[in-house]
Amino acid sequence: MTVLLAAAWSEVAQQVVSGLATGSIYASLALGIVIIYRSTGVINFAQGEMATFSTFIAWWLIEDPNGPDWPYWAAFVVVLVISFAGGVLLERVLIRPVEQAPVLTIVMVTLGLAIALNGLIGWIWGAETRSFPGAFSTRPIHVGSVTFSIQDAGFIAVMLAAVLCLYLFFRFTKAGLGLRAAAAGGEASRLLGVRVGWMLALGWGIATMLGALSGMMTAPTAFLDPNMMQGVLLYAFAAAVLGGLDSPIGAVVGGLALGVLLNLLGTYVDFFGGQMRLVGGLLVILGVLLIRPQGLFGRVAVRRV
Amino acid sequence: MRLLTVRGEVLGKAAAAGAFVLAVALVPLALADYQAYEFALVGAYFVAVCGLNILTGYTGQISLGHGAFMALGGYTTAILATDHGIDPVWTIPIGGLVAGLAGFAFGIPALRLSGLYLALVTFGIAVAAPALARKLEGLTGGSTGKNVPLPKAHWGLRLSSNDWLYYQNWTVALVLLLAAWLLLRGRTGRAFRAVRDSEVAAVSFGVHLPTYKTLAFGVSAFYAGVAGSLFAITVAYVNPDSYPIKLSVYLVVGAVAAGLGSLWGLVFGAALIEYLPTKAADISSTAPDVIFGAVLIAVMLLLPSGAAGLLRRLWAFAARLYTRPRVQ
Repeated sequence: MTVLLAAAWSEVAQQVVSGLATGSIYASLALGIVIIYRSTGVINFAQGEMATFSTFIAWWLIEDPNGPDWPYWAAFVVVLVISFAGGVLLERVLIRPVEQAPVLTIVMVTLGLAIALNGLIGWIWGAETRSFPGAFSTRPIHVGSVTFSIQDAGFIAVMLAAVLCLYLFFRFTKAGLGLRAAAAGGEASRLLGVRVGWMLALGWGIATMLGALSGMMTAPTAFLDPNMMQGVLLYAFAAAVLGGLDSPIGAVVGGLALGVLLNLLGTYVDFFGGQMRLVGGLLVILGVLLIRPQGLFGRVAVRRV
Repeated sequence: MRLLTVRGEVLGKAAAAGAFVLAVALVPLALADYQAYEFALVGAYFVAVCGLNILTGYTGQISLGHGAFMALGGYTTAILATDHGIDPVWTIPIGGLVAGLAGFAFGIPALRLSGLYLALVTFGIAVAAPALARKLEGLTGGSTGKNVPLPKAHWGLRLSSNDWLYYQNWTVALVLLLAAWLLLRGRTGRAFRAVRDSEVAAVSFGVHLPTYKTLAFGVSAFYAGVAGSLFAITVAYVNPDSYPIKLSVYLVVGAVAAGLGSLWGLVFGAALIEYLPTKAADISSTAPDVIFGAVLIAVMLLLPSGAAGLLRRLWAFAARLYTRPRVQ
């Protein structure tokens, strides 16, 4: 009996650790969604496709036989920079003209961007699946009865490092303060000399960088193809809703919790194995909206009518 | 004078509507058989785009899951027709009802907060629906899907099967267009538009937001379900890939290109969904997606009222040309 329990316990611990690793991917993408939502009140449906695009650029730099054949970490840094610039550019060119328009209009523009990018990726790189190198080895490490890979630990570390950088940025730099001010009240901060338009572009740049991070973490296990991030985007939405759409902490906690929850569901509930994981993600969104619409850490929306 | 112009406008619109119905009735005479088939599909998309317009154009809510509601209608038709031997024609309203009820059920949690949450939930539905269709193998036939019996002309009409499909789809489309017009011109339509333009103002005038938002979503899902049934009967099979998430996005592009908040441009939006992918595939297999995306962005940025808005401007321009001499 004790042996059986011990075996069951180590299996659970196993699923929790690998759930935290996948959860880190969801958390990065969810964080990008939350940053854009906080500053503009819009959900960016192109977040997943933008991440895929960044990952394809990384693939071209590292793996493509006709590419420049760069080492992984050099490409990693360059892709983050390109993604940041691309995000700023997209905001300036596509979102800026509709900034004052109804939310519906802006969401439609992000949707158009999503499908156009998806087509563009297929156009440039073709629709076949490709393998993408991992930054970390998949060699297993044994801690007690739990086995996990260096890659799992690496994903969690990368995500935590990104969160730390963001915290330092928002807390201790002038641009970070400006971004928070722009998110808190556009008109008031504009009067105080914050360049709100550029702050929003900065937010898009950061969000795109976070997307690139999640894309490059997804690709080694899921393989790279134009639709790679479609499912991940659903999980990121679920993570953001679970944590509260306007809470960055919520996105991280929500992402990790969702990764663990879906892993456990997939292992112990027959119904949610394989592709049905997607249905699990959808049910989490619906469940949160029914029970606690503001999510775990979100602010309750108060409307004066 | 004022009365005359108003009456002139009403007459003009009635004439345009009459001409449209007549054109729909006569078009097959000028078509090759396979073209009738393509036009039949346009009819199915017409219904879906019309439903999406009720939701997005008139009520200001976004659905990215109308492809999944079409799937619900299509599967209902396939299951009833194949497993229970019901004439496919009679499964069309049932497909609509099943999708409409599902719309109500999903609308209740999704519409408690802002319209963005509906977009999120419906995106989730569209992404998860194919997985669910594969999983429920006993009901849906799993990955292979289900065939729908080939259509035959009813009631002794001597029509080729594609001509029959054309008339079946377009009869349903015109009936539902009329229903949409009747729904939107009265009290309900005003409430929908009030919700779209200002939720706060709508509430102050006594519009119960959750009721009207859920109603709009349910009606819209009903239209999508009917469209899905028509689609399944026309292509004669359903499988999990028949209604991908891309279809949901194409429907949004169709509705936006047709013109949100107006019923005049629907044919244009529906035709775009049917013809653009086949015509643009010559450039590159993924070129249609790039073009659909570009169309969506361009319309949103440059011409938010879509094809209907363009028609309206042309109409106003023509009317000005016509009335100018009298004014002077």
